[in-house]
Amino acid sequence: MKKIYYVIGGLLAATLLYIGCNQAAGTNTNGALASSAAEKVYVAPGEQDEFYAFLSGGYSGNLTVYGLPSGRMFKEIPVFSQFPTSGYGYSEETKPMLNTSFGFVPWDDSHHPDISQTNGELDGRWIFINGNNTPRIARISLETFETEEIIEIPNSAGNHSSSFITENTEYVIAGTRFSVPVPQRDMPINEYKGNFKGALSFISVAPETGRLDIKFQVLMPGFNYDLSHPGRGKSHGWHFFSTYNTEEANSLMEVNSSQNDKDFIAAINWKKIEEYVDNGGGTKMPANYAHNVYSHETHTGTSTMKKEVLTVDPNEVPGAIYFLPTPKSPHGCDVDPSGEYIIGSGKLSADLTVHSFTKMLAAIEAEKFDGEAYGIPILSFDDVMAGIVKSGGLGPLHTEFDASGNAYTTFFISSEVVKWRLGTWDVVDRKPTFYSVGHLMIPGGNSRKPFGKYVVAMNKITKDRYLPTGPEMEHSAQIYDISGEKMELIYDFPTHGEPHYAAGCPAELLAPKSKKIYRLDENKHPYGINNPSEARVERNGNEVHIYMSTIRSHFTPDNIEGVKVGDKVYFHITNHEQDFDVPHGFSIIGQNTSELLVMPGQTKTSIWEPKQVGVWPFYCTDFCSALHQEMQGYVRVSPANSNIELSWSLGE
Amino acid sequence: MCGYRQPIQILNYPGHWENNNLYNKHAGRSRPTRFLQKIGRNTRLRDMKKASFLMGIGPLFLLGLFVFPLWNIELGAPQYPEPLGLNIHIDGLQGQSEFDIQNIDGLNHYIGMKTLPKPEDMWEFSVFPIVIGSMVALGVLIGLLGYFNKLGYGWFFGWFVLMSILGVLGMYDFNAWMVDYGTNLDPKAIMKLQNPDGTPMSYKPPLLGHQKMLNFDAYSYPRLGAYLMFVGMVLTVLAGYVGMRSRSKKVQSMTKGKLATN
Repeated sequence: MKKIYYVIGGLLAATLLYIGCNQAAGTNTNGALASSAAEKVYVAPGEQDEFYAFLSGGYSGNLTVYGLPSGRMFKEIPVFSQFPTSGYGYSEETKPMLNTSFGFVPWDDSHHPDISQTNGELDGRWIFINGNNTPRIARISLETFETEEIIEIPNSAGNHSSSFITENTEYVIAGTRFSVPVPQRDMPINEYKGNFKGALSFISVAPETGRLDIKFQVLMPGFNYDLSHPGRGKSHGWHFFSTYNTEEANSLMEVNSSQNDKDFIAAINWKKIEEYVDNGGGTKMPANYAHNVYSHETHTGTSTMKKEVLTVDPNEVPGAIYFLPTPKSPHGCDVDPSGEYIIGSGKLSADLTVHSFTKMLAAIEAEKFDGEAYGIPILSFDDVMAGIVKSGGLGPLHTEFDASGNAYTTFFISSEVVKWRLGTWDVVDRKPTFYSVGHLMIPGGNSRKPFGKYVVAMNKITKDRYLPTGPEMEHSAQIYDISGEKMELIYDFPTHGEPHYAAGCPAELLAPKSKKIYRLDENKHPYGINNPSEARVERNGNEVHIYMSTIRSHFTPDNIEGVKVGDKVYFHITNHEQDFDVPHGFSIIGQNTSELLVMPGQTKTSIWEPKQVGVWPFYCTDFCSALHQEMQGYVRVSPANSNIELSWSLGE
Repeated sequence: MCGYRQPIQILNYPGHWENNNLYNKHAGRSRPTRFLQKIGRNTRLRDMKKASFLMGIGPLFLLGLFVFPLWNIELGAPQYPEPLGLNIHIDGLQGQSEFDIQNIDGLNHYIGMKTLPKPEDMWEFSVFPIVIGSMVALGVLIGLLGYFNKLGYGWFFGWFVLMSILGVLGMYDFNAWMVDYGTNLDPKAIMKLQNPDGTPMSYKPPLLGHQKMLNFDAYSYPRLGAYLMFVGMVLTVLAGYVGMRSRSKKVQSMTKGKLATN
């Protein structure tokens, strides 16, 4: 008997070995030839990219998803802007997402995406992005790739040094670029100096749900807080903001706020302030800001107005905030993977200033202060400075890192990416960009664990890179292979809107958990229906609610009578498909909003206010099957005083 | 039991593969052959109890059919990089992925196929579990009785033959269902397709193997439940065989002297 088992076992083992050897041979044949730029970026049809890249949409208000190294755009995720493609911001369910204390704001300027982290490494749960114009922070699910939450930031204006994530996603940090009166009031503009404040907001993130809540706001002197980054590793618990306009000018800023030889990097010990707040510190201030949450169960967003925010006066928490003098209106404020170096990019200078976290702590310990600003100690430049990168370029903006001790800085004015060594400050390589690079991104480059294979440079000017399309055109990004000592430009691709920053991560972090459908049995939309047999039409005064089902390839019902001029007709469309990539669309003639694009298992609502008597068609806008053209229906609209009963049908 | 004695004696004629050459390393036999011979020799040394044990556990493998699918039909097409699939269990159909049944029905409505049957729609789904359950019980009972020397190994072969007949009948029924399902189409179907000779196209999936159906590649293969059944049935044949060897051992001991002088 045992021998039989040996025979069977042996055969199994032999089979496994055979399969194993085959696979090994398969991988070995790859890669031997990969040398030219074309081969490096070529992702063959049917194959997939190695990295996801999330590029901010700038003045499009959205976030775009690309693949690296192919540069192919996969999706535009609507965040702060109405998006007729899906009905985001037009459907009844998503209108609340764009609610603010200023009412419905259908647009924003989205800037700096950042992926959630655990222990300083990307964990791929959510991505956050800031709305710069009407200060807001959004949280986007990386399972559905949809915006789940938007919180407005009170006391802020030009929400630019945002949205950066601390090492364990304890906080999303959102700083104001423009200082303003806090609270807002009617006062002369030229009394800015000493009166305006810069609010730096620490928004807590609930570990399970991701739910956002402004834990506290630090009301800083009225400088411009331009960019920021969290400390990591040894500097975890601190956050660093670059500032300009420490002159506190309020007019002709390009001259008047460029007078000081040095501005500051503000180092904020948020753990200390958190402790202060947890022990009852801070002042509750009346406020009015919107908190909008989207539920994937009800497929509906709800907007709540919050009426209070906790503020902290820096002088009440001594030892929590210091200024690090940094030359020439620094823009980028970047922290290396070890957390030791804080790099300030003086955008009007040629050099980069690198501060040492260790030296900063020592200087604080020794109380080596070089004056103060509004009660906040200023550390002496020489005591905190670790080194200066003599780059030879002009206009450094932003720095990212690889995993082997190199830093990569963009130079806007001299239009190049410069690679240099942390610690020795030697320039290793420089490559031109085409043209005027703003920010750059290495997947994981803003974490403890960068994936230093590619750097994406996001350029502000496109000029002759693509076929001309009139005066207005998209921007251009460029991919450099940074796996070797020297960087190599391998690809150009156009980007949508104006990316101000990006975040990237390995594909395997997100691809396996990307949702394919919404489950119909989890749909808790109040107007959703579980089965086409529940389809119906109900009248409530002049409101008509149509509970409609879509499945290839018909609407249920598709003939509706008894609607009158002056009615508010709500089409609640539930997509009963449970198959990947089978959305149905809905549009009706004279719709004053946009179409709806309804994913399998989802319910969306469009409002239609018929103005003319007649029989009006509606149809599916997403080519759903060979019978998509047949997916249509009619609504009969009668005069307001008509007494035609509501009726509905399918196939009668 | 007399009827079985004759062939067993034939296996022991001089020069048979179990003779003394086995112990001669220079006999020129290949390693696998010798290995099998060793198994053969060891098996031969087992008694009827071992055979009954095999008979007792073999049918238990059929219980896998209550958990694992018997058969699977998979439909792949360019627009379905993750193919749609149908797992056929003895008590009903299940989607290979959660919503496959719904999605297969959704596609089939274009060509006028009936929706896939629910367990209550087909008598087979209530009868098959009873048949399989009864056969398992019967097989184990035969094994037990064999163990206590109440039955001979012939019953082992008998169970196998009965199970084989039932299996063939099951396959025949399965094929008949597929013929009905694939050809008995709604006359009001949205798409009515014809073969080049003008006859209505059949959408019957293959009983076994691959077939191109419109834009789909249909694959029909046994699954784990069927493989377990196969293993179980092989064990019962093995049981019969071992039982048969144990009979021959008695004969062999009687003829030992003759073999030794050979």
